[in-house]
Amino acid sequence: MQNRNSKTIYGALFIAVFALFLLPSLVPGFDASLAFADEAAVSAAAEAEATTYPPAPKLTAADYPTIPGVNSRVTVWLAAQLHLWFGAFVLAVPIFVFIIEAIGMATRDKRYDNMAYEFIKVSITAYSLTAILGGLLAFSLILFYPDLFRYLSTIFKESMFVYALLFFAESAVLYIYYYGWNWLQGGFKKWVHLTLGLLLNATGAMLMFMANSWTTFMMSPAAVDAAGVFNGDSWAAIHNFLWNPINIHRVIANVAYGGSIVGAYAAFKFLSAQNKDQRAHYDWMGYNANFIAIAALLPLPFAGYYLTAEMYAYSQQMGITLMGGVFAWIFIIQAVLIGALFLSANYYLWCGMGRSEGAHRYNPYMKYLAVVIVGSFLVWFTPHTLVLTNAELKSLGGPYHAILGPLGIMPAKNTAVNLLILFTFLSFMFYRRANKTATVSWAAQGNAVQAALFTAGIINIFILGVYYGYFTNTVYKVAASIPQVLTTLVIIVVSVVIDSFMYKGAKQVAPLHWGRVPARSQYALFLLAVSFTWLMGLMGYVRSGIRQHWHVTNIFRDNSPDAFTPGLGYAANVISVGTIIFMAMVIFVFWLSTVSGRKSTAAGYWKEQGA
Amino acid sequence: MNNFLKVAIFSLLMIGAFTGYSNFGIPQIEPAPPPVEEKLDLGAMTMDQFIALGDKIYHGKGTCTLCHNEMGRAPMLDKIGTVAHERLADPNYKGEATNVEEYLHESFVKPSAYVVPGFGKAGTNDTESPMPDVSAGGIGMSEAEIAAVIAYLQDISGTEVTVAIPTEVPEDTSEEESEGGGRKPYESAEEIIAAFSCGSCHKIAGEEGEMGPDLTHIGALRGKDHLRRSLLDPNVEITEGFMEGMMPDTYGSQLSGKELEMLVEYLAGLK
Repeated sequence: MQNRNSKTIYGALFIAVFALFLLPSLVPGFDASLAFADEAAVSAAAEAEATTYPPAPKLTAADYPTIPGVNSRVTVWLAAQLHLWFGAFVLAVPIFVFIIEAIGMATRDKRYDNMAYEFIKVSITAYSLTAILGGLLAFSLILFYPDLFRYLSTIFKESMFVYALLFFAESAVLYIYYYGWNWLQGGFKKWVHLTLGLLLNATGAMLMFMANSWTTFMMSPAAVDAAGVFNGDSWAAIHNFLWNPINIHRVIANVAYGGSIVGAYAAFKFLSAQNKDQRAHYDWMGYNANFIAIAALLPLPFAGYYLTAEMYAYSQQMGITLMGGVFAWIFIIQAVLIGALFLSANYYLWCGMGRSEGAHRYNPYMKYLAVVIVGSFLVWFTPHTLVLTNAELKSLGGPYHAILGPLGIMPAKNTAVNLLILFTFLSFMFYRRANKTATVSWAAQGNAVQAALFTAGIINIFILGVYYGYFTNTVYKVAASIPQVLTTLVIIVVSVVIDSFMYKGAKQVAPLHWGRVPARSQYALFLLAVSFTWLMGLMGYVRSGIRQHWHVTNIFRDNSPDAFTPGLGYAANVISVGTIIFMAMVIFVFWLSTVSGRKSTAAGYWKEQGA
Repeated sequence: MNNFLKVAIFSLLMIGAFTGYSNFGIPQIEPAPPPVEEKLDLGAMTMDQFIALGDKIYHGKGTCTLCHNEMGRAPMLDKIGTVAHERLADPNYKGEATNVEEYLHESFVKPSAYVVPGFGKAGTNDTESPMPDVSAGGIGMSEAEIAAVIAYLQDISGTEVTVAIPTEVPEDTSEEESEGGGRKPYESAEEIIAAFSCGSCHKIAGEEGEMGPDLTHIGALRGKDHLRRSLLDPNVEITEGFMEGMMPDTYGSQLSGKELEMLVEYLAGLK
């Protein structure tokens, strides 16, 4: 039963995540966002003739209010980042709570319903904090950057008003969904509750998409002339060039992030568990949270690649500043962080193999998986150009290392990341097979087909990476990354389909003992949450930083004393301070969720009634 | 130990590791400060100074080298003065220029007039250039600055420089200058050393750079003439053990005469 349910979860989550990633690109006309935006802008311009917008103001340093002892930029930076971390968490949790509740309904297994309820309970206090931090961000912007806020709110006045109204709707639906959980149980009531969950996700997604449009307008302004005069309507401003790529990237990243935070919650509860049942419950919860995080993490690099490609398409200068300019070294830090994510997720899966004796069959293969995963990670974070002392330059003969230098360019990194994803998926497949044996007559052939698929796919990824990456011109070098990604996706999807048929009615070779994992495995879940948080902070810095000294790219210049782009070390320090504040607040949220269930009786405190 | 403490310490160690790696594990590159409009005293400029100005804009404000470099993102421009004639005769040329100077100007402000095969925007079959109009948007070069870059490109191509030095600064540039956008003169050698980050390559002013010679006692080793020449044309004489081409050769155009002399005096005093 457990296995069947798990299988349903995997299927549902994979479909959800891949649908989110792939569907938009399959919809005709979706990619033609600029053309669509232009078209909308033209028609809207005719309708909105009566409205005239001011040009982007030309400011001087004196136009930026200051408070002695307060750094304006760092204040806005931290408020925005904290709001984003909490926002990502509270928008993600309802997505998988909805799916888990639906699985509970389909399987009539109460444990799923309980787990979904516990997830949403954790996020409910975080929701208030998200709103408070959103308020702090808005006030900070009005206070320190009043002209920028005025310019943006003039263009986005309609959507900001709708945003405020939607926020009411979101709050109302969330509170009914949470407080009505035990009330709306069984039969038609449960369907009503599930529908509320869907509504909650729909309003949450709309809120995020609206806020994204304000951010992406600052990166890729639409329907504006060279002086910054806006000549379109709300939709033209919202549907700017980078809006959809950011939307897709953020939805997937939010799910991965939400999974990792809930995983940290489960890990903490596991370590603090007082009995075997609690350990089993929180181990199961942590496993599911980790699964959610990894299922969303696998397509995330592709969504990131799409976003970056769209940045290049919007402005080659912006793309080069991002990947080849001062921000290039960020991607080495990013590689370390994503490497930490993949390594910790794999380590957690390998520790989880101890839950069943049946897993011993696969133990000999694990070391090979570890070698490939660590090797891919090392290639991924090999820099291309080295900054060296004069003596080092002379001994090396130039800024590139003869052997390691070629590993620093994108074809090597694309090959490495595809292998990293494939072998993480292989770890997961071994884990799923740990306690069972396929009983279908074609099991041997099924395994052979899967082995052939992996072998052919890996050879293809290597040929695409090595031949097209190093022995042809730049055009093919870049283009080869697409079939590499498709190869990885095909292997994963086809393997999941084969496995789901092959392990239908599979024989259990040994029971699965939830709770039988070493305590150190839980630290992998903490590492996942900390790395994700820090990584989001880092990418927030670069996303905002590529505008350089512009509030709104190329049309509204930042002339504040903080207009300069901060260096990496400085940014890392700000991100770390933000991460520590966020973690402290999350611990507070976790603590509150446990306090609400406690009850103490003070004997003799209250006056006796009646009698 | 209490689980909470263990988890808190573990998390802080992880955050510390990421912070430490970002600060000490990778090179610290300080992004360039936002560009400022400089006062152009065009009337007093010689052609060599005008070409030097073009060089500075080409490698700085113009951000030309972001794409026009050996990475193959955009065509190299070192022979543009000679190949421009072929481009003008190409059937795919859609512009209105009749000579090299006009062609280069057109390439700057209407880059799609001619797209070098293989360098067009993806999916446009080389009919649209990914290059922005340099007179607008984030680059925002003035006509005088564009003329200076054209002069520089003609000069490095080894062809005749046909551009005339503009006689007056365009109105919009003057407006921005009056708002206080121009660079203030440096008031001390220390200020120049800090502004140009000399210490990232040299041992000087408390910094420990190792890419260039140690300047702690340079005044005892070199005379003022040598120091001045090294600042203006650093590749004429290379100190043993160091590589040619490491030090920028643009300080002559970036510093005023007074600033240059201030720096020379300071270095000569390091004994």
